Amino acid sequence: MALQQIIDRRAAGKNKSIGNRERFLRRHQEQIREAVRRAVQGRSIRDLERGEEIHIPRKDLSEPVLEHGPGGVRDLVHTGNRDYLTGDHIERPKGGQGGSGSQASDSGEGEDDFVFSLSKEEFMQIFFEDLALPHLVRTQLAEIPEYRSHRAGYTSDGTPNNLHVVRSMRGALGRRIALGTASRRELHALEEQATELRRQPSEDPVVRQELAEIEARIAVLKARLGLIPFIDPIDLKFRSRVRTPVPTAKAVMFCLMDVSGSMDEQRKDLSKRFFILLYLFLTRHYEKIDLVFIRHHTQAQEVSEEDFFHARETGGTVVSSALELMTKIVQERYPSGEWNIYGAQASDGDNWENDDPACQRLLREALLPACRYFAYVQVVDEPKNLWRAYEEVAATHRNFALRRVSEASQIFPVFRDLFKREGATR
Amino acid sequence: MNTQPLPPLPRPAQPLPNPSDWSFELIEQYHEVIRATAQRFGLDTYPNQLEVITAEQMMDAYASVGMPVNYRHWSFGKEFIATEKNYKRGHMGLAYEIVINSNPCISYLMEENTMAMQALVIAHAAYGHNSFFKGNYLFRMWTDASSIIDYLVYARNYIAECEERHGIEAVELFLDSCHALQNHGVDRYRRPSKKSLADELAARKDREAYAQQQVNDLWRTLPKKADAASETQASKRFPLEPEENLLYFIEKNAPLLEPWQREIVHIVRKIAQYFYPQRQSQVMNEGWATFWHHRLLNEMYDNGFLHDGLMLECLASHTNVIYQPKVGQRGYRGFNPYALGFAMYTDIQRICEQPTDEDRHWFPDLAGTPWLPALDHAMRNYKDESFIGQYLSPKLMRDFRMFAIRDDEQASDLVVSAIHDEDGYRRLRENLARQYDLGAREPNVQVWNVNLRGDRSLTLRHQRDNNRPLGDSAPEIVRHAARLWGFTVRLESVDGEGTVRQQWSVTPEPVH
Repeated sequence: MALQQIIDRRAAGKNKSIGNRERFLRRHQEQIREAVRRAVQGRSIRDLERGEEIHIPRKDLSEPVLEHGPGGVRDLVHTGNRDYLTGDHIERPKGGQGGSGSQASDSGEGEDDFVFSLSKEEFMQIFFEDLALPHLVRTQLAEIPEYRSHRAGYTSDGTPNNLHVVRSMRGALGRRIALGTASRRELHALEEQATELRRQPSEDPVVRQELAEIEARIAVLKARLGLIPFIDPIDLKFRSRVRTPVPTAKAVMFCLMDVSGSMDEQRKDLSKRFFILLYLFLTRHYEKIDLVFIRHHTQAQEVSEEDFFHARETGGTVVSSALELMTKIVQERYPSGEWNIYGAQASDGDNWENDDPACQRLLREALLPACRYFAYVQVVDEPKNLWRAYEEVAATHRNFALRRVSEASQIFPVFRDLFKREGATR
Repeated sequence: MNTQPLPPLPRPAQPLPNPSDWSFELIEQYHEVIRATAQRFGLDTYPNQLEVITAEQMMDAYASVGMPVNYRHWSFGKEFIATEKNYKRGHMGLAYEIVINSNPCISYLMEENTMAMQALVIAHAAYGHNSFFKGNYLFRMWTDASSIIDYLVYARNYIAECEERHGIEAVELFLDSCHALQNHGVDRYRRPSKKSLADELAARKDREAYAQQQVNDLWRTLPKKADAASETQASKRFPLEPEENLLYFIEKNAPLLEPWQREIVHIVRKIAQYFYPQRQSQVMNEGWATFWHHRLLNEMYDNGFLHDGLMLECLASHTNVIYQPKVGQRGYRGFNPYALGFAMYTDIQRICEQPTDEDRHWFPDLAGTPWLPALDHAMRNYKDESFIGQYLSPKLMRDFRMFAIRDDEQASDLVVSAIHDEDGYRRLRENLARQYDLGAREPNVQVWNVNLRGDRSLTLRHQRDNNRPLGDSAPEIVRHAARLWGFTVRLESVDGEGTVRQQWSVTPEPVH
């Protein structure tokens, strides 16, 4: 009756619902963005890259269909009667409609949020979107560390373009010697014998007989030697290349932030994203990254990440104090020959007027020569005096970038040169 | 068909092997025995196609309403996430079967199942459900098993194309609105034409052109000569008869829809129509499949094909499936369709084979007749509502200790209107049958009128059943309907006397 087929579908059609998931995420992108934003605020810079639980109010997800509401007359049959008799009155249950039985199951599920987890990749995508990163950069950052292949001796298999001719021929030669030695030794001995015999009078039939035998044997040996191939697949040697992760060097990233009274939470949050972005960039290129957090008002001090983002002080601002501390730390702990030094500074741009020349000098003479890249963002829109001072420095130094930002999407351009350079060398 | 089962298969020397892990050869061996046993009972099925899938794929199929392919929509993504979460937490033993009403009939076997479970699923889905799909009149009449997969592939591609052309967002919003009305996008009484996919596709082009032309005709705005003429026009309702299939009406008559939008409405209502029989025959369908897996496996065990261990595992699972919590117990959600259906088919067999006087009185046509044809007849010619109305026996009502409660808004208390006694049997049976009547379960909403010459507004009318009002979702639904219709949509809820008791009205923003 039945044509029967058993089909193994396990390999096919994995992740078939990805498209539906994308549409789901797209539809709730506002809530998801908000959750990501909150998560970024709460997470440490080093710990940014993981998934996140997203809560969405259930009512936002409803797919309405026409239903009966409570009220009117309804008759429902239940199972499991214990002691009811026809005509019994039962008090109406509070809060719900009386025994709506099967219908309660699909409508009244309660007001819990719909919770699901965002994968690490999805989380980062949304984070990047917020920062308006160009797509090329997104892929650069989202990638697993890159590999560079380098030579590591020889192997016996590989592609023809990696064939090492000299090695292969040497191998062939060795093989030919090894395989032919016994025969060749015999051949030499026989040839000597033959020469010896030819010197004797040739009429002697015994000698002639012996000579003929020897010559026959010589022919056999020669043929056998001739059969040893000149080159054989096992002789081939190829240059071997192994892939090693590129980031092998060490880097240190200095985060400098103004914590004077005028830096409010929103500005700090903006600064944090700025630091995160640089950190992410560095993790793609360096194996070991040190983070140094320097906060300053009129004096600078090195602090933990926790204190860095959450403490707040009042008072004036002397930016050079931070630059000076950074210079000192570089000299003491991070010799620029061994470390790749990156600086990131965020501030609202206020500075004590007389301090500007000192800042310029510190940057020009001590910091910029030592740094691979130094980026500055001013988290307030209108240019302040420090901005003008820095602008002069930027005009003459290519590894110094600065930018005024008032929202997260404006941060990226300050790194544009950095990323671009990276893109070009790849 | 045979009135008695064919004789048992020759007893094997030893039972089928029973390792905990299945293998393809084993599935084939088991299937062969199940097939032969099913043949003894004359189960008529579509050809079977068994597919082995992973848990992830099972969740996937779950999320897209049990179909192997479907168009893309966020709601399926939501379902998937919810299903996956429950599965990971171990909240649900992933239901062990999905079976698709197609020809050949596709049954999914989950990779994680043990051999015993695979045997159970094959008996349940590939022979139980499959024969129901092929035999039951609703499925024979309303669905075309041979073309559904092709149609879904077509739907998926068509909607993907629309997304590319008109943007994901536009298509998504439109689909949302169609989904909101899909329960009212089915023909309940009219018999649908059975078109194959090829006909369907060929018809599409014509349909697009023709439908558009019809619509234009309907909305002709050439000035009429005299005012008197338009007076009579206005007093005539359009449509002349109320239309129950809202999506059909919108597809044919909505003034502003683009051809692709009409096609999407068409797709959504086609698929809703396909699922309509399933929604009306849950008790019958699940009960039938459960009855047969139970019967087939027991038969195989008695004939020496199954190990004790395997049979025990099957029985344990069977017992879980037909568990029926009692009212007031944790997890009580009304009747378990598996339990009720299984009990009813078993009961029919009992009435045929060992009728009591009571049964002879209630089922004179059934008592003492051969059970196989009786069961077959019951499977073929009913839906849940009529099946219960016809076959629910007093003995079952007693076994289930059924009682009916009347919840009248006007009364201060709930009243027990009937219990499982001589006076209550008929009323219980009637009430329970009505409970499975989709027509009573879902609000009865129909297209009432279109203002053809005025503001083009569409009026929908909800005829109250037992004076039950519409729920909170009504305004939302009207919004969706207005998005499809393009002009004002009004929904009136009318009681028995014809008085309008609730009313909603939404005018869409002029987007077009």
